[in-house]
Amino acid sequence: MAVYKRTYKPYSGELTANWTRFAILPRYSLATLFDSKILIGLLLVSLLPFLVAATIIYLTNNPVARTLIGLRGESILSIDNRFFFQLLKIQGSLAFLITAWIGPGLVSPDLTNNALPLYLCRPFSRVEYVLGKLSVLVLLLSLVTWIPDLLLYGLQAELEGNSWFTKNLSIAGAIVLGSLLWITVQSLLALALSAWVKWRIAASGLMFAIFFVAAGFGEAFNQVLRTYWGHTINLVYLINEVWADLFGVPTAVSFSRRIGDPRSLSVPVGIAWAILLGVCGLCLLLLNRRLTAREVVR
Amino acid sequence: MRSIIELENLHVALGGRPILKGLNGSLRGRAVGLLGPNGAGKSTLINTLLGFHAPSSGTARLFGRDIRSDIHSLRRQIGYMPENDSFIAGMSGVRFVRYMAELAGLPPNQAMERAHEAFFYVGLGEARYRDVNGYSLGMKQLAKLAQAIAHGPKLLFLDEPTNGLDPPARARMINLIREIRDTEDMHIVLSSHLLRDVEECCDEVLILKDGAVAALSNLEEERKTNKKFLELETVGAGAAFTEALEQLGCECASFGTGKYRLVLPVGIQIQQIYAVAANHHVEMRRMNYRRDSLEDIFLKAMQPAMGAA
Repeated sequence: MAVYKRTYKPYSGELTANWTRFAILPRYSLATLFDSKILIGLLLVSLLPFLVAATIIYLTNNPVARTLIGLRGESILSIDNRFFFQLLKIQGSLAFLITAWIGPGLVSPDLTNNALPLYLCRPFSRVEYVLGKLSVLVLLLSLVTWIPDLLLYGLQAELEGNSWFTKNLSIAGAIVLGSLLWITVQSLLALALSAWVKWRIAASGLMFAIFFVAAGFGEAFNQVLRTYWGHTINLVYLINEVWADLFGVPTAVSFSRRIGDPRSLSVPVGIAWAILLGVCGLCLLLLNRRLTAREVVR
Repeated sequence: MRSIIELENLHVALGGRPILKGLNGSLRGRAVGLLGPNGAGKSTLINTLLGFHAPSSGTARLFGRDIRSDIHSLRRQIGYMPENDSFIAGMSGVRFVRYMAELAGLPPNQAMERAHEAFFYVGLGEARYRDVNGYSLGMKQLAKLAQAIAHGPKLLFLDEPTNGLDPPARARMINLIREIRDTEDMHIVLSSHLLRDVEECCDEVLILKDGAVAALSNLEEERKTNKKFLELETVGAGAAFTEALEQLGCECASFGTGKYRLVLPVGIQIQQIYAVAANHHVEMRRMNYRRDSLEDIFLKAMQPAMGAA
């Protein structure tokens, strides 16, 4: 029967599993997001570190190729924990730009258009809603952080041989854990800001402020009070501390401890972890407060 | 007939303020009208039945299942058309409805098919690829109805579905609601300020006032009793006149300015009303027969508040 001749009839077909329901959100969101040329541009730029790193790994492991392009010496760089640490720092910055571009637009349109009752009157919970929106960012940011890094790790293991893979498993763990922590922190922050600041540009601006203005305040605090605790409001500093610990790389600040200036001391890694996880918890609380089908006016 | 909605001493407080105060009742109609003045608790009741607000005490059951424990699975069987504009930004109409159907549990292909069907069914077939944000108010109402029925719910909550519609659009909406009601696969709860909408669509009505049940009435049965309704405008009428009318067997609602609405029992003649008026020296200025049973039920339910006013 032609579709326009059909009348209302009840639905008696099969239903999808409950646990798969949250995946509908990223599917629709990503389809909309990939209409944006800016996002595609950002993703392409984010692939550049991967391509450069892959080239470096190839050249490092291939003396003939080095000779062909006129490079002399044993190797260009040592492919070790420092290499992957520096790579993750660059990719982390690009991931931040992607988050600042798409994160604020994920929740605020639903609140502006009063769409939450439509989601929540269905067999779909607030947790699934947050998971769905979060997975949009997690998918995209994974594509520019730990997934290419693990490919590079595999490439290096393949080219180096001699049990490099098993000897450096801690690097693979650091890549995955460090990336996922950074992705989770900035994604939750972006969602929380998106839920509380309805104007997308303002939410993006606030995100930059939280990451960079807070860092400036923290540094000023350190200089005035001759302490290092101002770093605790600098999220970029904290994630670098955690990454350095995961990769087993001493940070620049740690090197300068011998100077004896308390400002040069670094925040203990445990505190850095606690603050980053605390930020995640706070963001979840903010989302819980904001994401209700009906707002109760007290 | 099996109860669709059962209310058991349902209390709901929002922001520490009691909104619903011990609602009791069993709703069995195919289409239930929810009436009441602003702030009576209609929307709060719908939101509670949808699981948006938790009862502070008591409970409600939909199809015999408790909303406190089974709301997640009950939502499979529920469709909801909100009162205000509710959309997903930047989507075409059919994509919006497909998205909503998928969230209700339909597989993508089925959801797509049902979304197209729902759009044609509500009469927006030709506009289904347009952005929802560009729809007129009437089209938005129809799109909201389409998303509410696309997944084939058993219980449909319609919150002010004719809000802002011009007369032809309102008539189309009312016809659609009646048609859906008559498919016999779906029950409807219709919240409205407009008595006429409820009168035309519903066979049962729940009237709320100040968060309590003011009346629960089966309109079908009211219609079947074929009662005669009478409107009086009088001068000089008092409590004694009202009492005398009630002694005749009339159900009587007075509005403080000599205006009365009466339900005449079988066998009572108009002459008897004139006789009572004459006995109490009451002048009859106007007398009308009316058929609008719902208005009488509503006004009677609201009577103490109006009398006080």
